[in-house]
Amino acid sequence: MSERQVELEILRYDPDKDREPRFQAYRVPCPEDWVVLDAINYVKDRLDRTLSYRWSCHMAVCGSCGMMINGEPKLSCKTFLRDQPDRIRIEPLASFPIERDLVVVMGDFMNKLGRVKPYLVPAEKKAVEDGSYLQSPGQLKKFKQYTLCINCALCYAACPQYALNPGFIGPAALALAHRYNSDSRDVGRTARADVVASNEGIWECSFVGACSEVCPEHVDPAAAIQQTKIASTIDYFKDLLLPGRKG
Amino acid sequence: MSAKPYIRPRSTTGWWLEQSRYVRYMAREASCIFIGAYAGILAVGLLRLSQGAEAWAGFLEALQSSASIVFHLLALVFALYHTTTWFNVTPKAMPLQIGDARLPGEAIIAAHYAGWALVSAALLYLAGV
Amino acid sequence: MTRSHKPIVWSLFAAGGTYAAFFAPVLILVTGLAVTLGLLPADALSYERILGFARHPIGKAFLFFTVFLLAWHSAHRLRITAHDFGLRADGLVMAACYGLAALGSVVAAVALLRM
Repeated sequence: MSERQVELEILRYDPDKDREPRFQAYRVPCPEDWVVLDAINYVKDRLDRTLSYRWSCHMAVCGSCGMMINGEPKLSCKTFLRDQPDRIRIEPLASFPIERDLVVVMGDFMNKLGRVKPYLVPAEKKAVEDGSYLQSPGQLKKFKQYTLCINCALCYAACPQYALNPGFIGPAALALAHRYNSDSRDVGRTARADVVASNEGIWECSFVGACSEVCPEHVDPAAAIQQTKIASTIDYFKDLLLPGRKG
Repeated sequence: MSAKPYIRPRSTTGWWLEQSRYVRYMAREASCIFIGAYAGILAVGLLRLSQGAEAWAGFLEALQSSASIVFHLLALVFALYHTTTWFNVTPKAMPLQIGDARLPGEAIIAAHYAGWALVSAALLYLAGV
Repeated sequence: MTRSHKPIVWSLFAAGGTYAAFFAPVLILVTGLAVTLGLLPADALSYERILGFARHPIGKAFLFFTVFLLAWHSAHRLRITAHDFGLRADGLVMAACYGLAALGSVVAAVALLRM
């Protein structure tokens, strides 16, 4: 297998020593089937043991290895070196504070996922003995794609509104809310609306669509948000014109 | 525990220049300047129309000026960009599902273009083209 | 967190955007370019012809809603764009954008009612 000399320019940051981040270059001989994560692992194994970064499954299902690769939010395990130029700029995920090197502080993202009530609020409370909830293939199809999120936060890195306003609930959280709102077993839309239909929720979104473009699982959070805008608008006017109606 | 998290500065005015997808987004958003100005021109036109034949003639003459032509050409380009970007995202905002099959987005978009062509042809015909 | 009141302006934005997508290009062509380009004879926009259209109830409604929808769609988008360019004074931007749209709508309405 032929090897190619690739130069990685990695943004380093040591909170104990550095006042601000700085780039450090590494030359890595790469087999042609490698992904960027393989090259980073080579750096850590052979060149610089101090490099810190997150990764786990190496197959684009865990969502750990998100980072900026030549300015684009990507999973490093899903970014093939054959599609990249010889010099690759690697930075931590945009719009998140840097913890150390390529590790970002994910607290805000995790917090927002929790705030949209990401659990089933069932229409009918069923005891286990009464059997399972029934759902047709058509009902499943309505929300299936929004279940595929691997919480990699690439969408937050791509979203300019999140960059401009970190209070924005964000694409993944809103797509997650939509997953439950679209589930035929769920009646939690009104309960979720306080967060979802707030100014920091769907209404901060201006439909740039970058989130859906970078999503490695094709969840399409932009679509989820636009559909929620329409549903919320209908709810709003229903509440206005028919006060006291049941949600 | 974060020892000293570093928050990277980001330009609030120039962020959109960093990526081509952001530039295209801004171009789409900028269409509102031209469509809004056009609405203003229409409002002024209606005002002149209500003020009589002479006022209307003055308005028509202003429409023929080179500044007006340049504006309307740009407005047409941006309006068309608005049309394509609006139609392209319609399947995302309003997906159509019948049973357990979702209508392909291309079909929804094609139907919109067909409607647009019909409306445009009808208006052109009514205007006298 | 409280529910936003954005749905009010957003529904105008969405309605106006849909209307603009279908009607704006041909309207711009007909009113602003067709005569100069020779697609339309000059008398297609004559005072008598257009006044007749504006006096007809359908024409009146069409003309008003064209100005109204295009104005409110543009106003809301301009507000968002101002935010995208870093202008943070949303109250001021709102007043300016929606104020302009309201002005255009009122001018159109008054003019049409006087014809």
